[in-house]
Amino acid sequence: MDPVDFLLEPLRSGIERRALAEVLLLGGVCGALSFWITSFRLSYAAESLAHGLLPGLVLASLAGAPLLLGGIGGVAVAAAFVALASLDPRIGADSATAVVVTGMFGLGALLALSPDAPARLEELLFGDPLGVTDTDLAAAAALATLGGAALLALHRPLCAVAFDPLGSGALGVLPGLVRLALLMLLAAAVAVAVQGLGSLLVLAILVAPAVAMRRRAPSPAAAMLGGAAIASGFGAAGLYASHHLGSAAGASVALALCVAAALVGRLPARVRPDAAPARAGRRASA
Amino acid sequence: MASPPPAVATTGLVLSYGGEPVLEGVDFQAPAGTALCVLGPNGGGKTTLFRALMGDLRPVAGTVRVDGRPAYLAQTERTRLDFPVTALDVALMGSLSSGRWWLAPRRSERRAAAAALDRVGLGVEADVAFGELSGGQRRRVLLARALTQEATVLLLDEPFAGVDPASAERITTVFSELREEGRTLLISTHDVDSARSFDLVLCLNGRQVAFGDPARSLGRGVLEETYGGEIMVLEAADGEREVRAITVQHHEH
Repeated sequence: MDPVDFLLEPLRSGIERRALAEVLLLGGVCGALSFWITSFRLSYAAESLAHGLLPGLVLASLAGAPLLLGGIGGVAVAAAFVALASLDPRIGADSATAVVVTGMFGLGALLALSPDAPARLEELLFGDPLGVTDTDLAAAAALATLGGAALLALHRPLCAVAFDPLGSGALGVLPGLVRLALLMLLAAAVAVAVQGLGSLLVLAILVAPAVAMRRRAPSPAAAMLGGAAIASGFGAAGLYASHHLGSAAGASVALALCVAAALVGRLPARVRPDAAPARAGRRASA
Repeated sequence: MASPPPAVATTGLVLSYGGEPVLEGVDFQAPAGTALCVLGPNGGGKTTLFRALMGDLRPVAGTVRVDGRPAYLAQTERTRLDFPVTALDVALMGSLSSGRWWLAPRRSERRAAAAALDRVGLGVEADVAFGELSGGQRRRVLLARALTQEATVLLLDEPFAGVDPASAERITTVFSELREEGRTLLISTHDVDSARSFDLVLCLNGRQVAFGDPARSLGRGVLEETYGGEIMVLEAADGEREVRAITVQHHEH
């Protein structure tokens, strides 16, 4: 096939143009956000929110309401249950989160598999970028704009807290508030991105770009830009693969992002803490 | 004429982490421009006192007064060595204390951070990744971050712990300069001998054991009360004055 045809053929369909726009918008903001998710060690929280919102998605689907509303409601309820369960010191935050998320996911599956439910469980779990609506695109654009602005405004406090969680308080930064702001951004990203990538695969766009860029970028800003480029680029590559190979679009995007993490992540690291003693030795002897 | 208020002062201070008091009966005053040594064993309350002075720990009883927001150099470095920031980026974090966290740093703030790095002898390392510096250099970068805060009071928790001799010498020089500028330094240490070079000493061991001029305060009785079984007196002259002593750490095997 002619390379130009290879690139342009999928764009002749309005459905695939919308899917590409969705992936590029989500890739831009989620790829940048992924650097902070991994820096604050929130990958498990991201997975928990994504799985825990399933009942909200299913209920929205059953009621014929926009999935975005279900996603937002699901995230809020999951976060509230996790917070409540974590208050019990006998359980511990990790175990409480695991139990709540599994319970929420089971409830979502139970609702989705009931005889009256429309057969959309697969779409809710694995996503369908080809099925995004104009509302979904508008939500992704709003997330990209507002989320991008928030990341820009929070850049310095995020850097200070991620670099030195204990010492940043003495700089006048409130680490708890910074973390809460990041969690809210994460929840918004999950609620919006889950429309295209589903409850199970959305984690790929929130974590894989940072894994690919980790220890490779000279600064947090470069890591964010690199993450955004990788998420958008490999996400688009996943859509092309889906079109030409006839594979499921959501799964192809998620797989492409994981391939990015595996391939780019294997390139030589730029920042190597284990090299510190050697470097220090050279400096001391200089 | 009335004397100016002290830069740091506590009265009847009692501190706790929710249970029994871990530090009590702390009454001291540090006038502006003085260097005060906080001396005591591990668990004696030095870091707890600093947390109270920073406002992180609310007193169970008593009062705390500090002139402005103090800058703080933590005893234990918990920084992320794999986080992609340079020495200059870290020094620049000190300017967050100005409150304009949502805006990019001003040119004047960048100049101040670069000057702070110069001051600790790391101007040429400004663009080096923080994780690639030696332990002593990292400690000096964190000191530069504290200097960038432009605080009048600096709380320095064991600033010489694990530091190479070159870095220790540089840090000592910076401390002398800060005193000459009129800044107030509170420096915690285990080192009894170094405590004698300070203007004032505050001895803690779960409570205030002594406070005052080191030459008068650091007698055999005070040191033994401060360190308990963790001190070995090497020699003594002039009665209880000029006692030389080393602290002894007990380890369980």
